Amino acid sequence: MDPLDIARWQFGITTVYHFLLVPLTLGLGPVVVLFQTLYVRTGNERYLRMTKFWGKLFLVNFIMGVATGIVQEFQFGMAWSQYSRFVGDVFGAPLAMEGLLAFFVESTFLGLWIFGWGRLPKRLHLATLYAAVIGSWLSAFFIIVANSWMQHPVGVKLVHGRPQLVDIWAVLTNNTALAAYSHTLVGSLSVAGAFLLGISWYHLWRRRHDGIDTIGADKRVVVGSAPAIRGRDAADHGVWIRSLRIGAVVAIVGFGLVAITGDAQAKLMFQQQPMKMAAAEAACQTGTSFSVLSIGDVGSRDCTNVVGVIEIPGLLSFLANGDFGTTVTGVNDLLPQYQAKYGTTIPDDTKLYGAAAGTKVQYVPIMAVTYWAFRLMILFGALAAFASVVALWLTRRGTVPRSKWIMRLALLGILSPFAASATGWVFTELGRQPFVVAPNPTPGGIDGVFMFTAAAVSPGTTSGELLFSLISLGLVYLVLLVVEVALLVKYVRGGVVSAMPELGAPDRPDDHDEPRDVLAFAY
Amino acid sequence: MDILPNVWFIAIAILWIGYLLLEGFDLGVGMHMLITAKDEPSKRVMLNTIGPVWDGNEVWLLTAGAGIFAAFPFWYASLFSTLYVPLVLVLLGLIFRAVAIEYRGKRDTDRWRRVWDLAIGLGSFVTAFGIGAALALTTTGLPLDAQGNRVGGPFVWLTPVAVLGGLAVVGFCLVHAATFLALKTDGPVRERAGRIVVTWSPIALLPIVGWVLLVQFQTGGVVSWIFVVAAVVAVVLAWLAARRKLEGRAFIGFAAFLALGAASIFSAVYPVVLPSTISHAFDLTVSNASSSPYTLGVMTVVACCALPVILAYQAWTYWVFRKRISAQSLPEVHVFEPAVKR
Repeated sequence: MDPLDIARWQFGITTVYHFLLVPLTLGLGPVVVLFQTLYVRTGNERYLRMTKFWGKLFLVNFIMGVATGIVQEFQFGMAWSQYSRFVGDVFGAPLAMEGLLAFFVESTFLGLWIFGWGRLPKRLHLATLYAAVIGSWLSAFFIIVANSWMQHPVGVKLVHGRPQLVDIWAVLTNNTALAAYSHTLVGSLSVAGAFLLGISWYHLWRRRHDGIDTIGADKRVVVGSAPAIRGRDAADHGVWIRSLRIGAVVAIVGFGLVAITGDAQAKLMFQQQPMKMAAAEAACQTGTSFSVLSIGDVGSRDCTNVVGVIEIPGLLSFLANGDFGTTVTGVNDLLPQYQAKYGTTIPDDTKLYGAAAGTKVQYVPIMAVTYWAFRLMILFGALAAFASVVALWLTRRGTVPRSKWIMRLALLGILSPFAASATGWVFTELGRQPFVVAPNPTPGGIDGVFMFTAAAVSPGTTSGELLFSLISLGLVYLVLLVVEVALLVKYVRGGVVSAMPELGAPDRPDDHDEPRDVLAFAY
Repeated sequence: MDILPNVWFIAIAILWIGYLLLEGFDLGVGMHMLITAKDEPSKRVMLNTIGPVWDGNEVWLLTAGAGIFAAFPFWYASLFSTLYVPLVLVLLGLIFRAVAIEYRGKRDTDRWRRVWDLAIGLGSFVTAFGIGAALALTTTGLPLDAQGNRVGGPFVWLTPVAVLGGLAVVGFCLVHAATFLALKTDGPVRERAGRIVVTWSPIALLPIVGWVLLVQFQTGGVVSWIFVVAAVVAVVLAWLAARRKLEGRAFIGFAAFLALGAASIFSAVYPVVLPSTISHAFDLTVSNASSSPYTLGVMTVVACCALPVILAYQAWTYWVFRKRISAQSLPEVHVFEPAVKR
């Protein structure tokens, strides 16, 4: 196998995996902040329970994001040394800033938060969580800035064939980055929203199933308690219904903003990476129509067999430009433009391009992937938004229906925004091909600042090494995913008491005789 | 001569020293959990000495890596791609270790804990060894061609120097962690850790001394020899302090030994950041591997603003958790009946 292909699979797998974990961290963080803030302000014990329970799940997931994030940073140098040399003057800076300005804050203050219960004053303890969550959001910003520079390079000049940074501010305020960052963050909020919704639904359903909560004559919930089960008291109901409602609202608001930011991002993309958007639409011909369904060989990369079955006239123009009349250039017209600008073949330099040297450049991304990933992203997002609205209505009596199937759907719904975010990344990264650094065709772009993915891989690295890392990382990731999910399931089943040992614990008189300085939490 | 690349050479040295000093004891504690701890209470005591701080310490590695990428992209590209195999092992070690620290206490069975203990111990060992090998190789050379690409196969890095560097960092981490445990715990762990420092440090620190001397005889100068002498003084004082059970002084002494020893290495190799064993014409140096003055300027401003603040809040973390930990100060393992039964 070609080292290039293995390196690409490895980067794709490790990145998509990393980004299954990260949105939950990014989205759940602010939610836990909200709960703890409410607790500190109101002193209401319900919010303490919410903080502890969701905080526990947050931490189980957080560590996996940290562990898999290190791989990303090392991978550029290990498998993509030519890329690292080419972009090093620009690309390393946001990564180093991420470490210095964000990741240190995130990690240090999260440690303080985990172990600081009962040790730090309440408000200071809350502040450490604020710092950690702000750190994680900042961290995402710098990473998106780095990624967006690959999508749309700005702020550089070309010196000896390499881009050299001339304006860090332009890189940090790259409109591609601002659009992608906001899109990613609000998407993460909806991930967290659906997570809260599904798990809370499960507990409310369980309380009804166990006969704890019932529906009274006035069609409202009658909240009960089960003294035999620790933590299953009346306040427990409040924890779940409040979490469910907040989750649903967060998800709905998140999705609304996802649509708005996604639209902004798409409009930029039509200008900055026209081929990516044309491929997303399987828009072979120049025109104005949005394809709802295209058949034929969408996977072929020359557009000869693609037939639009259902098309909405004018919608594509609206997506691209906000009106219904602007024609959007299709793949068939874009292709000659790309070939004229960036060449028809990869330069015949085996030192740089290895096996790909001299081969024809395939400017059309794999349309079957871009077309379907783009549609699945929207579908999964819309599905979760719709489900959240339905969920609010179904819980109007103060609890959930007794139906086991709806409960299962609510749990399954957790996966939907995850799928939307994964397909979104697959679309945008695959749609950038054949470039690792896409050229910037807008007026501010500098000629020559682009790089073919085929030129980016480490020249000396062998297929064997890459296979070794791909397989070992893949296996480890698989095992750890099973472990993480198993632990999440364990804590979810446990309910609030799983995160609060003190909840419903019988008083032990011997503890009062001899006060010891016991940590509130320890590994 | 541009000043900024030199500033960044020093900055990278500081980041690596910071990393070795802070994660040094985390990695060492991980290894001690496997080889020194006799029973479950001792293991838990050990783990919880690094509990609140280990993740923040690990960021020093990421920042050192990203700092090299930003300031010396050619060094980053050549070093990381040449050391592909050992760095994969380091990554696997770091992943296992991180997850293990967080997950170990999350289920109350011996088997569960045994598996994660192994992950913490071996993960720490592999990480320390791999980082040590990488640092030793970047100070002594790798077979690089004119483009900075590796000449030879995936295992061309596996030399006696790599092993020496690996053992050097492993040995240091073990000693450093033992002084840390003596300082941070009470009870049997403290006693045992203190004895380990006195008995084993003269042997465990031999590889790092070997690495320091190797670099000195290769390219040492007056400045680097001064650092060597200072390091030797520090380590002797540290050992004497450890013998007199002055735990704080011993800890500071061994930390100073590492900082001075690393300083002697960095100052000896300067201005070369990664020599080529094929031809010195292909050496990567502070000037030919660095980023543009503009990029370095931006990064200098960021680092100068950020580093003092980072040091301040990390120091505060240690202050908050300054109490010694003993088996009595740990809460019981939290066993709960699930609210939802199958």
